[in-house]
Amino acid sequence: MTAARPPFLLPERVQPIAQSDGLDEPFWSGLRTERIVLQYCLACSAYQWGPEYVCYACGTDDPAWAEVPTASDGTCRGIIYSWERVWHPVDPSLIDAVPYVVVLVELPDADNVRLVGNLVDPPDGPLRIGADVTPVFEHHEDHTLLLWRLRVGS
Amino acid sequence: MVIGGIGESTYYRHGKSPDPEFVLLLQAVRAACTDAGVETADIDGFCSYGNDRNGPIRLANCLGVRDLRVSLMQWEGGGGGMAASIQNAAMAVATGHAQCVVAFRALAQGQFGRFGLARGGGQVSGAAGYQQPYGVLTPGQMYGLKFVRWMHEHGGVGLGAQRAVALASYAHAQNNPRATMYGRPLTPETYDAARLIVEPWRLYDFCQENDGAAAVIVMPADRAPDLPNPAITVLAAAQGAYHSAGRLGFNESPYASAGFLTVARRLWADARVGPSDVDVVQSYENFTGGVVMSLVEHGLCDPEAVDETLTLENLSAPHGRIPLNTSGGNLAEAYIHGFNLAIEGVRQLRGTSTNQVPDCNVALVTAGPLTTPVSSLVLGTMESL
Repeated sequence: MTAARPPFLLPERVQPIAQSDGLDEPFWSGLRTERIVLQYCLACSAYQWGPEYVCYACGTDDPAWAEVPTASDGTCRGIIYSWERVWHPVDPSLIDAVPYVVVLVELPDADNVRLVGNLVDPPDGPLRIGADVTPVFEHHEDHTLLLWRLRVGS
Repeated sequence: MVIGGIGESTYYRHGKSPDPEFVLLLQAVRAACTDAGVETADIDGFCSYGNDRNGPIRLANCLGVRDLRVSLMQWEGGGGGMAASIQNAAMAVATGHAQCVVAFRALAQGQFGRFGLARGGGQVSGAAGYQQPYGVLTPGQMYGLKFVRWMHEHGGVGLGAQRAVALASYAHAQNNPRATMYGRPLTPETYDAARLIVEPWRLYDFCQENDGAAAVIVMPADRAPDLPNPAITVLAAAQGAYHSAGRLGFNESPYASAGFLTVARRLWADARVGPSDVDVVQSYENFTGGVVMSLVEHGLCDPEAVDETLTLENLSAPHGRIPLNTSGGNLAEAYIHGFNLAIEGVRQLRGTSTNQVPDCNVALVTAGPLTTPVSSLVLGTMESL
């Protein structure tokens, strides 16, 4: 008998919330509606991540926010920049979750900023850096996590 | 400036110290004072790093310090501040603001908790919110990504070199009775069969977690002739971070760096010696892959050649080309956040190591890696000046 699939890739032991000063609220609310919304500096026309009160590149205060453009299939493009497979559960809640794959994903349509996430349904064995991935939005009660899946053929 | 004294507590496996952390530190500082031939009351400064819990006022009161002149905590970077704590002591002495400064690290993980276990849970925001929900909870999970990318950028090299780092460290510990892994050798077969923790890192690619304390005393160079033990000079020291290092969410550029890109350049520019003059290396190992990256960034090895150059033979004292972590280091002596590596560098230059490198005049000590800011020292015998 196949065990029932847990509702989430990893157990919900850590729940992200927006920063108390609201700086990254557009990011989290974007994920709720299955959009990737990152900081975007209007002065130098460039995406920035993580969020900050200034543009790292030009020093302009209070960068704006913009949705990362989607490809022709309606989803954002991601590229695996690095990866690791976690085998040791550092917390008892993770015992049934290991091994899990962490990916650092580069967004070619957002000035190659990088986001950390997990790879859903990873292959056994090594991953290929440079492989194309597509977003998977994992909705929790109070937040949404951004996971990734290998694009078909990648 | 010179390092005039060194001192250590006994090193224990985590949770095994019979004494609290502060008591271990008092033991190390008293030993360093004895080694330097000074009274604890003569101490006039304290330097540490990684938000060390043992503050200067409590220390000053317990050690009878007459006039505390400097208290310097290296800011951020965790263990990357190890060499910087000694540099900060040296800066205080060089500017004449102090004469007898203790740099130290103490930790009792049995008393205060371990780094390799996740803590907390619940709600997180900011930087933690971008990684922890994805199971990136500990340093090994944060930095494995960086080493994988580094290997990729250099043609897939590095696994053989990191294996050699682990094997050399354990081999050195077999001659060092202070080492917690003394009498517990590591064979290549055992290394290869060990369970994966964060692929591509196995159990023996990780530092230990320990209880212990270590300290050095930094003094003006003119005190050197009067010291009971050979004074060791600070030939160069550097600390810091390259542009964009540590940027939120793993967005620094370059990403795949141990952190020494500008630090190593400044270090060698000041040292009047170069990588080819180094007789022994003590390189902070949180994870073996980070040591490989550190050695490359300090100019000791071309990145593409790490697996051919950084072999067990070449990393082994006494006759290897780059004798590495000759006390066993964080992997096999004890994880005192690298401070034991600085002490072993001094010991090599004094000629008193349990894995002594012959004619040892120049020692490189690096602290980091993969964190930021990082720091490095070049230490030398007085003859190296």
